[in-house]
Amino acid sequence: MDFATICAIVFTAVFSQNFILKQFLGICPFLGVSRNIKSAFGMGVAVTVVMTITCLITYPIYNFILVPLEIEYLEIIVFIFVIASLVQVLEIILKKLSKPLYNAMGIYLPLITTNCAVLGVAELVLGSDLVTNLLGAVSFGFFGGIGFTIAIVLMSGMREKLNALDVPKAFEGFPITMLIGCFMAMAFYVFA
Amino acid sequence: MKVKAKDLLLDGILRQNPVLKLVLGTCPTLALTTAAMNGVGMGLAVTFVLICSNVIISALRNIIPSKVRIPAYILIIATFVTILRMVLNKFLPSIATALGSYLPLIVVNCLILGRAEAFASKNPVLDSAVDGLGMGLGFMLSLTLMGAFREILGTGCIFGVELWSFKIEFFTHQAGALFTFAIFIAVFVGISNLISSMRAKKMIKEYSDKNNEVKEEIA
Repeated sequence: MDFATICAIVFTAVFSQNFILKQFLGICPFLGVSRNIKSAFGMGVAVTVVMTITCLITYPIYNFILVPLEIEYLEIIVFIFVIASLVQVLEIILKKLSKPLYNAMGIYLPLITTNCAVLGVAELVLGSDLVTNLLGAVSFGFFGGIGFTIAIVLMSGMREKLNALDVPKAFEGFPITMLIGCFMAMAFYVFA
Repeated sequence: MKVKAKDLLLDGILRQNPVLKLVLGTCPTLALTTAAMNGVGMGLAVTFVLICSNVIISALRNIIPSKVRIPAYILIIATFVTILRMVLNKFLPSIATALGSYLPLIVVNCLILGRAEAFASKNPVLDSAVDGLGMGLGFMLSLTLMGAFREILGTGCIFGVELWSFKIEFFTHQAGALFTFAIFIAVFVGISNLISSMRAKKMIKEYSDKNNEVKEEIA
């Protein structure tokens, strides 16, 4: 795997195929956990960790277990099982290893099982032309998580400013947040 | 029973619309509403999974221990999504291609897990099935409406039939999806606020009329 492929994966995962603003994966945390920068960053880091490890596990499982045994149709069940157990294990490890880190990240972990970005990345690395080996899959997962973090932190910064503004009553809450997302998506449109 | 079923259906389709009121299942809503047909396909797929998973979860609600209920629900949902995917790949490959990676992602659609947790785990089988049907139809209706809106403005077509050559390409892009969703929710919230304030006014008026009558009688 050469340098150019890695660069292509980085650019694709962070910008041109940004998980939130291009693929619409992980919209729930994007709208729900973006009230302030601190929690948005915590969520972003937690998602990045889980996405990276998910790719590290699901890619070999698919290619070395499911494909040789010809049971590819079980991929959804296997992947969601891997993600759910991974999140649970991470939570236990974090609790044992570091209390402050658990307090900072622990509350976001249970939410991640049902985050479409995580199951989405497991599915996407299988269909992507750029990913040809395990290193590619892991870097796709990692930089996809970075792209997710960038989008959610930018969003939370704008929402913090929004608290001081007076918006029309019907637009309060979700609609105004989505309009902000709309302008961010316009900016990301140049990375086509 | 009949009144209750009607109430459940109306709740799902209108009063508790999963997309516009509860704002659940946003990812497929934003990603797949580029065409009205996608809305119908996704809506039917979600309705199928929702009814099946609601029925099974409701039937097993006294057997599944509450500590492991979420993983159990996810496995039940994943099973139905796998069945759906196999059936679609075999018989309707065009819909399977249009839905793409969002078909397996029905597993983590918060709408389905949300209904399992909020409704099916507490109510009998038949009610849960009706709730699944209502919620699924509400999901399908909103997705189809948004899809039609974006398709007409973005491509000048409806269900693939060309209406005119006027098009605003903005609505076919990601930004257009977020814009459309924001407008739809705002309009929905605006109308429901209007209706509830009208109802409140009517009630106040009735109440004061009654009061006046009583006063006149006393006088």
